[in-house]
Amino acid sequence: MTLLGNFALWAALLFGIWGAVLAFSNRWHGRPEVALSVTRSVYAVFAALVVASVALWKGIIAHDFNIEYVWAYTSRNLPAGYLFSAFWAGQKGSLLFWAVVLSLFASLAQAMTPRRYAALMPYVAGVTSSVAVFFVAVMLFSGANPFERLPFTPADGRGLNPQLQNPGMMIHPPMLYLGYISITIPFAFAMAALLSRKLDTGWIHAMRRWMLVSWLFLSIGITLGMWWAYVELGWGGYWAWDPVENASLLPWLTMTAFLHSVMIQEKRGMLKRWNLSLVVGTFLLSIFGTFITRSGVIASVHSFTQSNVGYYFLAFLFLIAVVSYTLLYTRWPLLEADVELESMVSREAAFLFNNLLFVGIAFSVLWGTLFPILSEAVRGTKITVGPPFFNKVNVPLGLLLLGLTGIGPLIAWRKASVQNLRRQFAFPVGVGVVVAALLSALGVRELAPLMTWGLAGFVSGTIAQEFWRGTRARIRMHGETVPVALAHLVGRNRRRYGGYIVHLGMLVYFVAFAGMAFKVQREATLKPGESVELKSPFGHTYTFTHVGISQFKQFNRYVSAATIEVARDGVPDGRIVSEKRQHFTVNELGTEEASFEPSTEVGIRSGLQEDIYIVFAGAVNGTEEAVYRFNINPLVWWVWAGGFILAFGGLITMWPGGGTMAASRRSAQAGYGVELSTTGAGAET
Amino acid sequence: MDRRRFLAFRQDSVRKDSITSPRAGQGAVGTLFNPDVAGRPRAPTLESDNDVSVRNTELKLRCTCGCTLDVFTCRTTDFTCTYSPALHREVVDLFAEGKTSEAVIAAFVDKYGEKILMAPKPEGFNLAGYVVPGAAILAVGGIVAWIINRRVQLSRHRASAGADAGLPVAAAATNAELERLERELAEMEK
Repeated sequence: MTLLGNFALWAALLFGIWGAVLAFSNRWHGRPEVALSVTRSVYAVFAALVVASVALWKGIIAHDFNIEYVWAYTSRNLPAGYLFSAFWAGQKGSLLFWAVVLSLFASLAQAMTPRRYAALMPYVAGVTSSVAVFFVAVMLFSGANPFERLPFTPADGRGLNPQLQNPGMMIHPPMLYLGYISITIPFAFAMAALLSRKLDTGWIHAMRRWMLVSWLFLSIGITLGMWWAYVELGWGGYWAWDPVENASLLPWLTMTAFLHSVMIQEKRGMLKRWNLSLVVGTFLLSIFGTFITRSGVIASVHSFTQSNVGYYFLAFLFLIAVVSYTLLYTRWPLLEADVELESMVSREAAFLFNNLLFVGIAFSVLWGTLFPILSEAVRGTKITVGPPFFNKVNVPLGLLLLGLTGIGPLIAWRKASVQNLRRQFAFPVGVGVVVAALLSALGVRELAPLMTWGLAGFVSGTIAQEFWRGTRARIRMHGETVPVALAHLVGRNRRRYGGYIVHLGMLVYFVAFAGMAFKVQREATLKPGESVELKSPFGHTYTFTHVGISQFKQFNRYVSAATIEVARDGVPDGRIVSEKRQHFTVNELGTEEASFEPSTEVGIRSGLQEDIYIVFAGAVNGTEEAVYRFNINPLVWWVWAGGFILAFGGLITMWPGGGTMAASRRSAQAGYGVELSTTGAGAET
Repeated sequence: MDRRRFLAFRQDSVRKDSITSPRAGQGAVGTLFNPDVAGRPRAPTLESDNDVSVRNTELKLRCTCGCTLDVFTCRTTDFTCTYSPALHREVVDLFAEGKTSEAVIAAFVDKYGEKILMAPKPEGFNLAGYVVPGAAILAVGGIVAWIINRRVQLSRHRASAGADAGLPVAAAATNAELERLERELAEMEK
């Protein structure tokens, strides 16, 4: 299998080089057979990498511990599901996973892009092949080959890190990878537009759905990461501003900025340079994230895949940055805006400031992530930049962004009048003020949560108003019932109303994040039958009674399960179990030995108001007397709900068909024709 | 369950004696069947473990085990770290000496260096860490707003100048602008 795997990697490398050289040589112009060869090389790279992936999976499933990767990340007693996910659990396997998914996306892009963009496709193939070649080359030449053999065959593998033995780890990393990897396709279209000088909105229409796919995967990946951190790591939170978490947030922020600003280019022919810069920047940030994750240059809890491989990514990052921005610079004169902004009080201006904030937050996160390195370089002193720093810097920016989420849709394109603003803002502002006043009256005094929830009220008012006005218009025009009008409204304007649903998801996120300001926690040592009480922020009194600790063997681990009986306001409310798990492998003598440090499984009861979060910290002197940490975490359920809403909105936005407007019609509606008078003669039409 | 294999896991021979004590569910506090697989042995919780001042102070101090977490989060998370409980005891001892939270933090900085803080003090070069992102956003935002405003004013000025002159709209345009107008009109006709 290793021979086949190595052969497949070399084949992928050669096919990729062939495709890239042919694409950038420009010899395909007027020669369809050469262009076809470029396209086929993309499919060939994909086929070769599928063979390599199957070979690795075969080695994992067959427990071929002579393969270093299989030995390092699996064991004979590893449950089957985790054998499957072990493919991407380590550095080498995840590089192969990245390469094969990239080649899949590259093939899909070639197969699914309409023929009218045929002039772009060889360049797109060239860029995707180049990136694939880089990944395969890293595997083959930097000591990251997943098919590397050991000089002997161990009886069993080391096993998979217990923290990765969680259903979330079967989905979270692939989703993040899919998000990161698919960014390559929009980047390839942007490069193709620059190389071919076809810089109209064609490349945007060809890649917009890919950007949405990427954004959606990354959004789901980040949310699943938060969920995994919450249920698996046991610290009671879901976001710690760890450098690797930050690295996933950075491209998401710039991508979200692009998804807003691209509307201005489509409707008004503005921000062409900015949009190209954002696409390039997003791709660079995805590579930067990979560098952070794999180099270990910045201390992170995500230490599973650190190695020298990171420096190859740093070199690749610089190379891509120089090539892309040089190309952008040479095409600068071709990227002039068709029209200029007409007013500071317009949708375009709101989008500009929204972009400024997205990119500003990305900068601030990047700045905080890199500041320890900068400080050490300047002062020679090591410092830590942790959550208190990021919260202090980013919470105000996040609140501004939340406010703009509500403001943007209320302002008209081109220029808004005072009357228009008054009419648009009255209801949402009213909702925001009422929510803030109500919460204040209920005793909420903390400024940040109060502002968050007040702004959330304002944004929800905006969204509700937009849906209501659209629905009402349909009822008047078509005589439809409310549900039918609402369904048709969303179905026929998927991009716009899908976008509002995404805004709703973001608003739910913010509401939930603010809830954590009120979390309650305490540690307690309990003998069987002893209880401890905790008062929740919603006024409930929870009584936790320790039942006992049971021990049993399960799959590849010994489990010590501590059981707690819960009563809410004196009423029995079931039991919650938290576990200590000691994983083991079997050595050459057939004896079991501990494979990792003991891990903790949190006991969680999730509710609409609050989560009960119980962590069994350990037993006192080997007895049933147990040490627990009890947390009441408000509104956490809503974080996951926000993720679902966001993903649902994203899906609606990118769903094909359903009244998608022709680009020319979209432009006309937004006043494309205005450019003739405003930039030319100065008269308004 | 294979009892022999289960017990084979034990490595601490001293603990084998405890097997003779009551089993789980027998007696007030039964002994675990195999304490070796139940995680690191714990000492009972003290009142100081739940002290809000101690907790808030520990949230500002970084654990030295290399986990990147603060002392409180580390010692209450996976319970395998040996550094954070020791740091916690140091914090508790300093509070017991009558020190304030600020004094405890200062003592930690003296002993472990600035790296012990979860966020750098906003002074000297560190100020740049706090100020630069906001200042950059304000500066860029200000420049963008100024440019937009200037262009909007210019555009309005041109419009009113054209209207005052009573000239046809096209007459106020430059040759380049007229050329562009024609080109774009021609494109629209297509």
